[in-house]
Amino acid sequence: MKKFTIRSVVAIGIGTALYIVLSLVSIPLAFIPNTAIQPRAALLALLAAIFGPIVGGAVGLLGHILADAFQYGGVWWSWVFPDAVFGILAGIFASKYQIEKGGFATKQIVLFNAVQIVANALAWIVLAPILDIVIYAEPANKVFTQGAFAFLGNIITIGILGTLLAVAYTKVKASSSSLDRED
Amino acid sequence: MGRLLTYSDKNTWIHRLCGVTKMVFFILWSIVGMITYDTRILLFMFVSSLLLFAMSKTEYHQVATVLKVILFFLLINVVAIFFFSPYQGTKIYGTRSDLLHLAGYYTFTKEQLFYELNIILKYFTVIPVALMFIVTTNPSEFAASLSKLGVKYSIGYSIAIALRYIPDIQKNFQEIKTAQEARGIDMSKNVKLIPRIKNIIAIIFPLIFSSLERIDTISNAMELRGFGKHKKRTWYSERAFQLSDYITIAFILLFSILAMVITFYDGSRFYNPFIILSFIL
Amino acid sequence: MKKEIIQFTDFTFKYRTQKRPTLKNINLTIYEGEKVLIVGPSGSGKSTLVHCINGLIPNSYEGEIEGSVLIGDKNPAKAGIFGISQVVGTVMQDTDSQFIGLTVGEDIAFAMENDCVPQDNMKDTVKKCASLVGVDSLLEHAPSALSGGQKQRVAIAGIMTNDADILLFDEPLANLDPATGKYAIELIDEIHHTTNKTIVIIEHRLEDVLHRPVDRIVVIGDGTILADTTPDELLSLSTLKENGIREPLYIAAIKYAGAIIKPNDHPSDIHSINLQYNKDKVKSWYQSIEKTEPAMDTEELLSIQNLTFSYEEEEPVLSDISFSIQKGEMISIVGRNGAGKTTLSKLICGFIRPKAGTITYKGVDMAGESIAQRAEKIGLVMQNPNQMISKPMIFDEVALGLRTRGYEESAVKEKVEHALTVCGLYPFRNWPISALSFGQKKRVTIASILVLEPEILILDEPTAGQDFKHYTEIMKFLEGLNKELGITIIMITHDMHLMLEYTNHTIVISAGTLLANDRPAKILTTPKIVEEANLKVTSLYYLAEACQITDTTGFAESFIQYDRKVNQ
Ligand SMILES: Nc1ncnc2c1ncn2[C@@H]1O[C@H](COP(=O)(O)OP(=O)(O)OP(=O)(O)O)[C@@H](O)[C@H]1O
Ligand SMILES: Nc1ncnc2c1ncn2[C@@H]1O[C@H](COP(=O)(O)OP(=O)(O)OP(=O)(O)O)[C@@H](O)[C@H]1O
Ligand SMILES: [Mg+2]
Ligand SMILES: [Mg+2]
Repeated sequence: MKKFTIRSVVAIGIGTALYIVLSLVSIPLAFIPNTAIQPRAALLALLAAIFGPIVGGAVGLLGHILADAFQYGGVWWSWVFPDAVFGILAGIFASKYQIEKGGFATKQIVLFNAVQIVANALAWIVLAPILDIVIYAEPANKVFTQGAFAFLGNIITIGILGTLLAVAYTKVKASSSSLDRED
Repeated sequence: MGRLLTYSDKNTWIHRLCGVTKMVFFILWSIVGMITYDTRILLFMFVSSLLLFAMSKTEYHQVATVLKVILFFLLINVVAIFFFSPYQGTKIYGTRSDLLHLAGYYTFTKEQLFYELNIILKYFTVIPVALMFIVTTNPSEFAASLSKLGVKYSIGYSIAIALRYIPDIQKNFQEIKTAQEARGIDMSKNVKLIPRIKNIIAIIFPLIFSSLERIDTISNAMELRGFGKHKKRTWYSERAFQLSDYITIAFILLFSILAMVITFYDGSRFYNPFIILSFIL
Repeated sequence: MKKEIIQFTDFTFKYRTQKRPTLKNINLTIYEGEKVLIVGPSGSGKSTLVHCINGLIPNSYEGEIEGSVLIGDKNPAKAGIFGISQVVGTVMQDTDSQFIGLTVGEDIAFAMENDCVPQDNMKDTVKKCASLVGVDSLLEHAPSALSGGQKQRVAIAGIMTNDADILLFDEPLANLDPATGKYAIELIDEIHHTTNKTIVIIEHRLEDVLHRPVDRIVVIGDGTILADTTPDELLSLSTLKENGIREPLYIAAIKYAGAIIKPNDHPSDIHSINLQYNKDKVKSWYQSIEKTEPAMDTEELLSIQNLTFSYEEEEPVLSDISFSIQKGEMISIVGRNGAGKTTLSKLICGFIRPKAGTITYKGVDMAGESIAQRAEKIGLVMQNPNQMISKPMIFDEVALGLRTRGYEESAVKEKVEHALTVCGLYPFRNWPISALSFGQKKRVTIASILVLEPEILILDEPTAGQDFKHYTEIMKFLEGLNKELGITIIMITHDMHLMLEYTNHTIVISAGTLLANDRPAKILTTPKIVEEANLKVTSLYYLAEACQITDTTGFAESFIQYDRKVNQ
């Protein structure tokens, strides 16, 4: 577990702002309401993988609430909590990924993706539809279909975009003692 | 890029309320709106939220873009509910009065119509209040006022940073876009889908990386300037509680309790006009 | 007996990602109440040294430390940034990223908020500090609506609320206009006098800092201390020049004249320097320089007519600006902070659109052209490097424009490597940009535009944060582009010397209007313009006066001619 420091406070703040701005960028899956391929999902997975479950969960929670509010003027609570839960789950193994140490390689990529698929399944196939039914009394078959598509959209986005981001970022961070002037 | 709602500085009693008062109001209001399917309460809430909206002197153009998006999603949602579950209303209200047979499995019933009207109404009770909360609340004052609720200031500050950086990151997005255009990359809308996705990715990567770097510099800057020194901190933009804050909070508490009592009085969260109708008929 | 307050002993530091140490075997003692200036080339480790003092190293930047450092009686590694922040206040180099508050007022108040200062006191102090640095009318502004120099002023106001014993200023002048820079130095001096704090300043603009006395100057080169002595002593030696740091102009002139400067002549202050023996030498040297007049052909390239712009409705930022630029000119645009210089450059490149007025290129109105189309002919290096960088690795960043234009990878490699060499970045070509110093980052952005070889090149503060060596290299290259390829170059700058030395035509913007459009030397000899646009008279004028040379403009121009020949 990573410690909660000032850096975490800032990571939550800036991560949330970024999440909200990225909410404006999405490619809608036109045939299912309220679902889309969202780069923000990849961002959330990346933040959780770098900063751990607290930051992941908080960005999912705050980001989703504020993004909903700023974009739609309302908050769809039954989808807020799954995002928070996803952030927490995706961050559990943060210290194993070694992204900031420049060590995100094949083994870590596999773990990262296994975790994200399980976390997405729990969040979108299980939690979101149940909350939709409990809170909003919406029809079950509608919400489970929506959940399934959200799940698909997210695992694809995170699997590709999220992985690419983490790989590129680990390169930026560079591994120990690797930089030297060359002639 | 779409548009986000932003705070705008005006001088009405709603603007002068503490951010946290408005938040408490908004949260309770939306919870009540979420739980109740009592049409009478929803109607009351709808009318009063429009009144409040007018009092806050919020102009239509401030919220126009967002409003259109909401209406669009609302429409899709309403259609989808009918598509997936045309007899949800019948199930809830326990009666079935057909209005129009569409095709095959799908028949339009009075109950379904009423149920979906309630859903639309639920949206409309919350939307004006939410829009108003955002355009009338100064973000710094809001973050500061969270401490009044006993929220730890580090959490309040996370929110302050989030609100502080939204415009910056939007600007950053634009800057990266122009910087790339200025080096010859065509970012206009008339490129094909795949290159457009590529372009979006070409903006997102540097946007995320520069933001991650910013996390480090900002936390350094904050630490250098003594953030977290004491258990408490004071706030430059904090505003003290006024009488109007107490009145507002008292009102919303009373209203919420009353609404819950009325809603669950008959043991169900749905107000059912059909039973009464069937008694009479 | 003075008490030590900062003490490095055999101190070596290596960043985690670096193969070699950045600071090597530093021995440095700074005493309570001293005012110390640190100079050195870009990338030599000055900011790294600052981070060792304020505790960011090793608490925030990972790495290996040998030897020891003591701040007061604290060890930064043990005390944490937190513990050190009670004794050390820092103005960081990158003003953009240290802006924490949502508005100017909040940002200035940030340290006081953390100290639980009651709100009323806080508001008073904020007002006082803000008016000292001239941002009191901007208290409600968000950082995104400030100019580069305005942000730097806010940072300085923020540190004035701090009661730490040691104040660190990492290039506080980089974005300030000359008059404000001078004022900032006076302000720092006043803080020093009234509070007796220990003050450490890092600056490339040595001459500007010496406007007020400092106790000692420390010269850093490639991570080691090359000199640690009094200003008078240092200016008598040749250490600065040998290490690519610009000497004050009057010192350079005296040395060119073949005169010898001794420490007890008090050379660190132009107004009290003892010139007794040297006057005649300077005079005869001046007379020996032959003057040449640069020839110019004229073909109008860019013409701006009645340009008007505002970000917010009622506040015009530029109003009714008209001027034209000839092909092959080197032009400077100057003016006080917030005058609208950066805005003007963005209008030319089409990032923002004018409210009224036209911009024509070779007689054709550009109004209908997109950013990308304009970029074919006009390249812009923005003021803040962070706004331009979009690739994580140096090479890719510089190659970006070439690749999108479809160049062969081999041609890309050749051009990029050439640009990197010119900008002194070739040894770092495979590094991530995040491991560079601020000045190095700025050079990356210059390189990334240079490779595109546009017909007009606009550089917004190209030399801010650059040392003399890199400055000269970049300017030489720009001159080459200008002379050999006929590329027109427009530079927005606060550096009066750059304006005099490299440009043949200056446009002065003041409060959004065109104040003057003339030869640089002429502008700097018109007191009304100098005053109104916050410019500064160079020390060469005072030297000329002190040597009883009446044609001060001629003296300055002769000096520049000579200087350029020597540096060729
Ligand atoms: N975060 C970092 N990670 C790895 N290496 C770094 C980092 N920051 C600086 N360096 C290395 O240290 C060197 C010196 O950097 P520093 O910022 O101290 O220079 P500087 O003297 O302040 O230069 P400038 O005048 O351009 O600001 C850089 O060239 C780089 O090699
Ligand atoms: N995005 C913006 N929104 C609103 N106002 C702005 C914005 N950007 C700049 N301004 C204002 O416009 C004025 C001109 O700014 P500009 O950046 O052009 O100044 P400048 O001459 O480049 O100053 P400096 O030398 O400090 O960089 C300033 O007063 C600034 O406060
Ligand atoms: Mg530096
Ligand atoms: Mg500027």
